[in-house]
Amino acid sequence: MTTIQAPRTPAVTRRRGVNWEKWGWIYMRASGVLLVVLIFGHLFVNLWVGDGIKAIDFAFVGGKLSDPFWKVWDTLLLWLALIHGANGMRTLVNDYATKRLTNGILKWALLLATVILIVLGTLVIYTFDPCPAGADPSLVASFCPVAN
Amino acid sequence: MSAPTGTLAEGHRPAQKKKKSAVAGTLYRGNEGMWSWVLHRITGVAIFFFLLVHILDTALIRVTPEAYNAVIGTYQNPIMGIGEVGLVGAIVFHAFNGLRIILVDYWSKGTAYQKYLFYVVIGLWVVTMLAFAPRHLINVFSH
Ligand code: HEM
Repeated sequence: MTTIQAPRTPAVTRRRGVNWEKWGWIYMRASGVLLVVLIFGHLFVNLWVGDGIKAIDFAFVGGKLSDPFWKVWDTLLLWLALIHGANGMRTLVNDYATKRLTNGILKWALLLATVILIVLGTLVIYTFDPCPAGADPSLVASFCPVAN
Repeated sequence: MSAPTGTLAEGHRPAQKKKKSAVAGTLYRGNEGMWSWVLHRITGVAIFFFLLVHILDTALIRVTPEAYNAVIGTYQNPIMGIGEVGLVGAIVFHAFNGLRIILVDYWSKGTAYQKYLFYVVIGLWVVTMLAFAPRHLINVFSH
């Protein structure tokens, strides 16, 4: 017969309030499923279709980011991936940075980098002009009035 | 080494096949479960740091067409082209193994099949990379 020593774990005394660690765990899985679709679509369109990496330039991105569909796609990708990655990195910080100070500094750095890049990336997506005034006509997308 | 409380006592473990190392054959260490975790962690960190850089280089689209093209141009050479195969390989592994983790957590048979699921992940990874790598390398080297 298998004997399991008792008590295996001390009884858990849960603090009251929201269980953030649980929601973080669920977020890693929910965002993960969505990211599979978002990332595979992103890689397929940018690296596989047509000439792949060789086709990427300002005009290519201009074409994608003037389409509301890709704006929403890229926004979801930005937010979900960065928060998923940063939360995953928080797990590593907790595993390896055992000194209280180092642990704190690393987590604040993660938070800071995440907030700055999400704000920057979102601004770029929604304030971007594919046909900037005075741009070299040979570098912009074909639908721009100045394009040649 | 004393077994931590909660694990099955020595002698009560189900019969094991050939051990790979002293710690292999315990729940996670030394077998598929451990290696999938190690790879998941390494690929996760690598993708995270790439993502930080990737958001910054894409932000140059908001500066000038010349600035963006100059930086993206540095990605379009053979050395980076090979690096991109590595990057896509890391992402594809992390994606499929992430789905494996979710199955182990939520599917009632997930824990029983975690080992087989790891080989499914490897198989899907090989198929995906066969669809991607040759085509990408042709683009990188032939234009
Ligand atoms: C492609 C879709 C993806 C899926 C299905 C996925 C899935 C997962 C899952 C299930 C976990 C485990 C979380 C836990 O144990 O609580 C995880 C961890 C992690 N992920 Fe992802 N992920 C994906 C994309 C990404 C991306 C784009 C990044 C980077 C920006 C990333 C970075 C990480 C990191 C750093 C960890 C922590 C690793 C660890 O704790 O050992 N993942 N991922």
